Amino acid sequence: MSLAYFLRRIGAIVIVLFIVTLAVFAITMILPGNAALMILGENASPDNLAAMERQLGLDRPLPVQYLHWLWGVLQGDFGTSLRLQQPVSQVVGVAFWNSASLAVTALVVVTVVAIPMGAFAAMKRGTPVDAVIGFFSYIGTAMPEFVTATLLLVLFAAPERPFFPAGGFVAPWDDLAGFAQHVVLPAATLGLILMAHISRQVRSEMSEVLSSDFIRAARLKGLSESRVMRRHALPNSLAPAVAVISLDIGYLLGGIIVVEEIFAWPGLGRTLIYALQNRDLPVIQAVTLLLAVVYAVSNLIADLVIALLDPRVRYA
Amino acid sequence: MRRILRSPTGLIGSILLAIVTVAALLGPWIAPYDPQAFDVTARLQGPSLTHLLGTDQYGRDLMSRILNGAPTTILFGVFATALGVGVGSVIGVIAGVAGGRTDGIIMRILDGMLAMPELLFTLLIVTFLGGGSTQAMLAVAVTFAPGMARIARSSVLSVRTREYVLAATARGESRAWIVGREVLPNALGPIIVESTIRVSFAIMIGATLGFLGLGAQPPSTEWGLMVAEARQFMFRNPWCVIAPGAVIAITAMGFNLFGDALRDAFDPKRSR
Repeated sequence: MSLAYFLRRIGAIVIVLFIVTLAVFAITMILPGNAALMILGENASPDNLAAMERQLGLDRPLPVQYLHWLWGVLQGDFGTSLRLQQPVSQVVGVAFWNSASLAVTALVVVTVVAIPMGAFAAMKRGTPVDAVIGFFSYIGTAMPEFVTATLLLVLFAAPERPFFPAGGFVAPWDDLAGFAQHVVLPAATLGLILMAHISRQVRSEMSEVLSSDFIRAARLKGLSESRVMRRHALPNSLAPAVAVISLDIGYLLGGIIVVEEIFAWPGLGRTLIYALQNRDLPVIQAVTLLLAVVYAVSNLIADLVIALLDPRVRYA
Repeated sequence: MRRILRSPTGLIGSILLAIVTVAALLGPWIAPYDPQAFDVTARLQGPSLTHLLGTDQYGRDLMSRILNGAPTTILFGVFATALGVGVGSVIGVIAGVAGGRTDGIIMRILDGMLAMPELLFTLLIVTFLGGGSTQAMLAVAVTFAPGMARIARSSVLSVRTREYVLAATARGESRAWIVGREVLPNALGPIIVESTIRVSFAIMIGATLGFLGLGAQPPSTEWGLMVAEARQFMFRNPWCVIAPGAVIAITAMGFNLFGDALRDAFDPKRSR
């Protein structure tokens, strides 16, 4: 892969993230109620408010506030949470790893299941098997996370058949078995919609590849069907699959907000909802920015993987 | 249209969409009971002949509540999408037609907006506007605009260099005429397809916001809110969460299937 391609992608991401910091700052600035009012409460006297605003730097011009905030962010300092009285970086740092354990589990399961499922559907195109897989993928993409979650809870966490806990969190680095038990339902919720989407994309890519000339050539050469699949068809449908997965990380990061709220998973999503409800501006800024960075970086990684898999992209 | 009905996806999608349309237009008038009427003698019942889908924690008839909530839930998706598509398309067409630096600046800003996961962006805007149905609708529209702008732009770019546009330029037609009469009609296909599929997302996001308490407020019969209100009782009567959840999924599926069939009809190459 050429260095120029790599640098160009990095440059684009830096610009986008810069715009995101502007947007995040702007949105949190226009949210009703400022930080001084949050700390002192509704009954604060105007004098106290003014003093607190001076102390927090809220009386300075917005561009100065922005640059001050950005400078802190670049050094990993997001300020202090208005509600929790802790450094934001600490609150968000813990939540980040909790979220990551859920997101990564979901993503791994989805990838392992969805790609073979899509490929299988493409191989059996037009048969009842294909129709059934297609039907389920349509149902999967039509269910919002909260509906899937509620359904799974009713089925697998009801008091009379408590297969899995209805919520809560055990860190994988503390107790792996406990984590596995708690992660099943939230990960399944997150996974269903992605699985549906990815398997459908893989199926359509694979169908296209299967009807191409080089596959016919491979078959005419007398190669076994499984070899045609493994060596020729699958590798050529992988790059688009990775592209879809990277786009779906956006869904995953959005879905995690709802899923964590429902299953009481103490991650970034739950932190965000708490911060939004309490107008905890520094926390809102930090979580939003962090999710945008994760999204951008995962897209970058996906682009690099695609470039590795597909020489046409590499030399374009 | 006949082409859409011939494929199984298109046929099922059209049927679902027809049911959904009837529910959205007539729902509140064909509901068998008053959706807000309490009945303490019939709380949390399963489906029966008197209550086809059962009753909720106050003994309210679920079937009636779902029918009554159909317009709120479905029209939310349609209006939010229409607004987002409208604004997005205008921005995209401006960027595509103008080209050069204007295009560059607009696209960079859109990239920044698209760099945030969709639901996160919607949540931020809803919080900024304050919860409620109208606010949630605006938020979904704002979230959809950048993506639609991108699609509109690329579809304008792809027709801009076609022969018929070049011919119009050579004839000395004005720029507005070319955009209005040559570029737009030909760039419309992808926009229509994308918006149909977007309606299903809008309905799902709207229901999610209702569920989180940021969209429709009680005593509304919006479907997401219905699931949220009945959650405490879901183990005693699963019907009061499954029924509204299922109709959300069926509605979203209708728009998805129809949108896919529409895409295949516009572009026969993709029908494989």
